[in-house]
Amino acid sequence: MTNTKKQVVLAAHFPGVNNTTVWSDPAAGSQIAFDSFRRFAQSAERGKFDFFFLAEGLRLREQRGRIHDLDVVGRPDALTVLAGLAAVTTHLGLTGTVNATFNEPYELARKLASLDHLSGGRAGWNVVTSSDAFTGENFRRGGYLDRADRYTRAAEVLHTARELWDTWPAGEVVADREAGVFTRTGDPGHFVHSGQHVDIRGHFTVPRSPQGRPLIIQAGDSDPGREFAARDADAIFSRHGTLEAGKAFYADVKGRMARHGRRPEELKILPASTFVLGDTAEEAAEKAHHIRRQQVSPQTAILLLEQLWNKDLSDHDPDGPLPAFDPVVDDDSIIKGRARLFDDPLATARQWRAIAEEKGLGIRDLIIEVTGRQTFIGTPASVAATIDEFVQSGAADGFILVPHLVPGGLDEFVDTVVPLLQERGVFRAEYTTGTLRGHLGLRHE
Amino acid sequence: MTEQLHLAVALDGAGWHPAAWRDPSAFPDELFSPGYWLRLVRLAERGKLDFVTIEDSLGLQSGRYDGLDGRADHVKGRLDALLIAARVAPVTTHVGLVPTVTVTHTEPFHVSTQLATLDYLSTGRAGWRAQVSGRPGEAAHFGRRTFPDLDLTRLQGPAAQAFLAELFAEAADHIEVVRRLWDSWEDDAEIRDVATGRFIDRDKLHYIDFTGTHFSVKGPSITPRPPQGQPVVTALAHSRPGYELDTDVVYVTPSDAVSAAAIVAEARALGRAKVFADVVVFLDPDRKARLDELGGAAFASDAHTYTGDAAGLAELLLSWRAAGVDGFRLRPGVLPADLEVIVADLVPLLRAAGAFREDYTATTLRGHLGLPAAPNRYARTEVAA
Repeated sequence: MTNTKKQVVLAAHFPGVNNTTVWSDPAAGSQIAFDSFRRFAQSAERGKFDFFFLAEGLRLREQRGRIHDLDVVGRPDALTVLAGLAAVTTHLGLTGTVNATFNEPYELARKLASLDHLSGGRAGWNVVTSSDAFTGENFRRGGYLDRADRYTRAAEVLHTARELWDTWPAGEVVADREAGVFTRTGDPGHFVHSGQHVDIRGHFTVPRSPQGRPLIIQAGDSDPGREFAARDADAIFSRHGTLEAGKAFYADVKGRMARHGRRPEELKILPASTFVLGDTAEEAAEKAHHIRRQQVSPQTAILLLEQLWNKDLSDHDPDGPLPAFDPVVDDDSIIKGRARLFDDPLATARQWRAIAEEKGLGIRDLIIEVTGRQTFIGTPASVAATIDEFVQSGAADGFILVPHLVPGGLDEFVDTVVPLLQERGVFRAEYTTGTLRGHLGLRHE
Repeated sequence: MTEQLHLAVALDGAGWHPAAWRDPSAFPDELFSPGYWLRLVRLAERGKLDFVTIEDSLGLQSGRYDGLDGRADHVKGRLDALLIAARVAPVTTHVGLVPTVTVTHTEPFHVSTQLATLDYLSTGRAGWRAQVSGRPGEAAHFGRRTFPDLDLTRLQGPAAQAFLAELFAEAADHIEVVRRLWDSWEDDAEIRDVATGRFIDRDKLHYIDFTGTHFSVKGPSITPRPPQGQPVVTALAHSRPGYELDTDVVYVTPSDAVSAAAIVAEARALGRAKVFADVVVFLDPDRKARLDELGGAAFASDAHTYTGDAAGLAELLLSWRAAGVDGFRLRPGVLPADLEVIVADLVPLLRAAGAFREDYTATTLRGHLGLPAAPNRYARTEVAA
């Protein structure tokens, strides 16, 4: 029988530098030793995942004017680690975030094309932009972009990279010893790009890579971000983890693609998701609560509350009531080095007060209640069924799973949920291609 | 007893001869594949060499300084050297990995974290060949500034001198920032203290607050201090401005033992810990003649070129060692052929002379080179009561 069910895409996100990554657990290993990356990636490959993903941040977060010390901190350069992982994996896609504001397109395109060669066609790039002067203090560019210019810069850097990747036609390298012809032309790789953000010319140094172009991932959620994804991305990290919100987002983004001459299946929509598994629903719920308490220590509860209140609340009792006063609404954020989390702080504070009163919660319990609840909590069978339902009903093409532990956080999912997805006929039992684009059913550019 | 010498090999495409790729022993259609580089690096490791360098540039290869040469009969195209090093790091165990990274157009912040990451991937075997670029064509790849069309082979004019001084001043700033960022986390900054909820002791993280002409960098690094503390910084230098850069190893280009002694004295006086001589090696004289013929020109180089057998090369290296050179970076004329002879013949001859290690005695590049543990410039020293 022909399998007509839509196939699930699965990606493994190496746990990041925020409070959802639990470091206090005895099973929590190093965040920086290469062995942690190796084990995590090999686990994903054992589970036949489509790709590994590594995020990036270019300045350490600060809160109350000091370096944030409660969460996991410290990470490697993404593309360098991915090149290392290419040596210890054979099929897994290798993707990472690289900032389009604080990198120049020539160098970026060169590194990504090199990674594609060194991994045999498994490279992918999550294109992000920053607009903050805070991060700019670490770079030549200094300063920052107007928010409005973020996507025009990202799009132009990406388009420039594509132009560079296309400069060497397939077959440019002849390497004919007898004839003495190494390349078809004397100086291959010629390009000229003259635009608003990028004005460069010369010759690219990397022959056309196995995928032609590495996979392009995009993570923004705003209207320009969605438009950028619909036009330029091969995959999108979405934040819409519920069925209804997922369907609305999916329909919106895929609906934009025809205008850019693209078919809906050319863009994979992948909500970032967390999971907790148990032998019974009750056990999973208990584990989920335990993990939430690990993620939200008393000190972290106060810090997360400060992100909404935008004020130093270090004199507040984590088990006591919310502040009596309203959040400070101010352009100058108490937290630096990450995106603003709340669009309307006053409205959110009113909601939180109502929940705290209704359930009789102190600050820490409230924070546990209102922030970062896991996406999938249940038995392997129920989680597999939910994932399948999301994909078959048009709420997602798959998921980017973010475990809460390094390096073993993916193992349980690989051992228990993946086989059930395979039984359902919605996930590969073996890799059938060698490249990342191949895994996703996308053509090589 | 003979003094021990250090041995490194410089990997570049199919070898340093422009026609090397046409030799029957070469692998010209594998130059962009990971397997090619892994084979070369493993070969060097089998010979217990200190390290390999990997050549790179932010522009297409050219026989001319001031532009491209239009030649289709030379190797064109490269992969990023640092990523090649990263790709081989987890599947090698001892040999040092020293990619070339240009300082002129790159971000010191990225270069610092990339090299620190390579040091993690290799558990302490990372180094850096810092390279200055004055080529106008490379500057145009970044679009940030325009470099003058100077003939840098004629360096006498004041304009050329001022331009060079500017490039080397930027290089010095770049190396300074990279080094400060490596130290911006103290080794014991990560504390995982459950009682206070703190993952790090933030008093052990440091802003570097560097302000310079071309960039200012606040810090701290996003990457914790790498295993070696300070990965090994190296540079190729032909004159004083290059010797002055804050490197641990400088590659110099003497033409004989006498000039080697003079250069070593100058570089040491400027604070360089290790002075290596670059030597291009053709360990099969017939092959070099054949390639010269194929390429249509006699091979020319900035470095001394040795053509002969391994015994003659061993003799040359030992005599330069006696003149004060700490080690050698051999540039194989043809890869992997000349590297195979280095490992199979040269290394045993040097061992027989008591001048080269039988086996690795350390696991880090600093260890191979006998460099001391790198102190952290930001760590507070405890004052004795």
